[in-house]
Amino acid sequence: MALITPALGGRTAGDVVRASLTRRDRDARGLIFLVLLLLAAGITMLVLFTLLAQIVTEAMPVLENQGTGVVTGTIGSDPAEVGIWPGLFGSTFIGLGVVFVAIPLGVAAAIYLEEYASQGNRLTRLILVNIRNLAGVPAIIYGILGLIIFVRWLEPVTQGQTVIAAALTMAVLVLPIVIITSMEAIRSVPQGLRDAGYGVGASRWEVTRDHVLPYAAPGILTGTVLSIARALGEAAPLIVIGAVTGLLPVTGLTERFTAVPILIFSWSGRPDQPNADISWANAAASAGLVLLVLVLFFNAAAIVLRNRFERRRVGT
Amino acid sequence: MLTIRDLQGSARRRNRERAMRHVFQAAAITSIVISLLILFVLARGTLNFLRFIDWDFGVLFDTGWFPRRERFDLSTIVLGTLIMSTVAMVVAVPFGLGTAVYLSEYAPRRVRKVVKPVIEVLAGIPSVVVGFFVLKFIAPDLVNRFFGQPDSAKSMLAAGLGIGILVIPIMAAVSEDALSAVPGSLREASYGCGARKVNTVVRVVLPAAVSGLVAASIIAVSRAIGETMVATMAAGYDGSGPFTGFNPLNGGISMTGAMTNAVGTDSNRGGAPFEALFFVGFLLFVVTLGLNLVGNRFVQRVRQKY
Repeated sequence: MALITPALGGRTAGDVVRASLTRRDRDARGLIFLVLLLLAAGITMLVLFTLLAQIVTEAMPVLENQGTGVVTGTIGSDPAEVGIWPGLFGSTFIGLGVVFVAIPLGVAAAIYLEEYASQGNRLTRLILVNIRNLAGVPAIIYGILGLIIFVRWLEPVTQGQTVIAAALTMAVLVLPIVIITSMEAIRSVPQGLRDAGYGVGASRWEVTRDHVLPYAAPGILTGTVLSIARALGEAAPLIVIGAVTGLLPVTGLTERFTAVPILIFSWSGRPDQPNADISWANAAASAGLVLLVLVLFFNAAAIVLRNRFERRRVGT
Repeated sequence: MLTIRDLQGSARRRNRERAMRHVFQAAAITSIVISLLILFVLARGTLNFLRFIDWDFGVLFDTGWFPRRERFDLSTIVLGTLIMSTVAMVVAVPFGLGTAVYLSEYAPRRVRKVVKPVIEVLAGIPSVVVGFFVLKFIAPDLVNRFFGQPDSAKSMLAAGLGIGILVIPIMAAVSEDALSAVPGSLREASYGCGARKVNTVVRVVLPAAVSGLVAASIIAVSRAIGETMVATMAAGYDGSGPFTGFNPLNGGISMTGAMTNAVGTDSNRGGAPFEALFFVGFLLFVVTLGLNLVGNRFVQRVRQKY
């Protein structure tokens, strides 16, 4: 016989076939791959938790020592007694700058690009490419822009290196994010809604105001909340336009300014007195904790908003 | 007789319509004005800088980055940036891409619901906080412990690791978009041929998503190069002392670090050490713009394909 008979080791051919079909399939390569992926995701999460734990433990002594003084206290030369009030003052104005400058401007630009502009038009394409590129410009470059435009050229308005200049700079920094997220929200409005409006004789602005914007509002809100979080955490542009990194408490509209991220930057590099109970690192961590709480609050709000938004869309 | 005028509606309504259109158009054009202003400001500052150094390009390629002695050796800051970005990408590509593949191909819905927001939280962490984390944990407890370095806790390696942490979420998000853009029919066809999950993912899904993954890496590199706070806080060299060479375990300075240092030369404001801010900013702008243009081109390609 030309056929090769495999060695069956005393079993019948049927047994062998059955065994090979019912045997648990060990996919070693697949398992290794999955383990690697799990490691990647797991370590990424571990890094986040280590970071949070580090900030909280370093901040603990300050919180125990100072309580709410961390928030209400002012800047000084003793890390055991400093608070971040001047920083919060600056950061609040930066947030307001985003709300009152970046959001109206960004939403208006998004409305133009989605509702008015003829798609494929050369100007429209130029604006779109330009916005995508602006979103990728490093934050520190916006600091240079702010330094020249808002601090020097517009000095009569902003009084130089003040929170007003900082707020305007941050508004410009987040403008591309506001435009892009608002455009996505407006794009997700069903076309039928617009057609119904035009069908009864409404003009473009009336359709936009009464139908498109209300429908897109949660999506736009998500983007704006994210952009506020971004502006609150950014430090590099503020250093360039001249935030105070020393120990002077500053809370005024026309004085120089500081912000919470700047406090973290300046405190974490400060040399300590020998055998001090509370170091500058602890003070920096307490400011970091406040900033994290603020930023994560805004981020969480955005995530919750988006999830509710998506769920509603599925229903329609 | 019915004329065009009768069908046009009220003049007030038409005027308002036209006014709103102009308002919105002006808002959109503002973005172009911003870009032009950025270019103008950077170009003007660069010219000032070159005038201050008397168009002597020799100082740009000579003996280290010592702004106060008017020595602006570009290779010091460019190589510093390169080393830190490389370290950052060595961290961000495996962890970001791994997380993206896990989330898009493997994770059960319930796990996904937990992991995805955690990555988004990581994306929201301000870079100063990561800088603090690098100074107080990564530099002393990881880099020093495992690589043991003599003089300073700060190093390009520590800063690079921190920048990597900051870049992981962007890498993960853009890669995941690319992976979920791969149509399910490709996966089903692969399973239909009897391929295992791992083969389907590695040989079908990843190659199909490759331009998106390239885009993710390019965008991540661009972010790593532009990252400022971690590089300023933890890289360890400020252009004053002797420079200790391009070992990642030594201190170094990035382009962004050179810029924040230039701001600090407040006392002789207006001189070349300060104007270097604009010069380096211009280089940084050109490099990141180039990377972003290429990256966006790749993103676009994914959208067109599927």
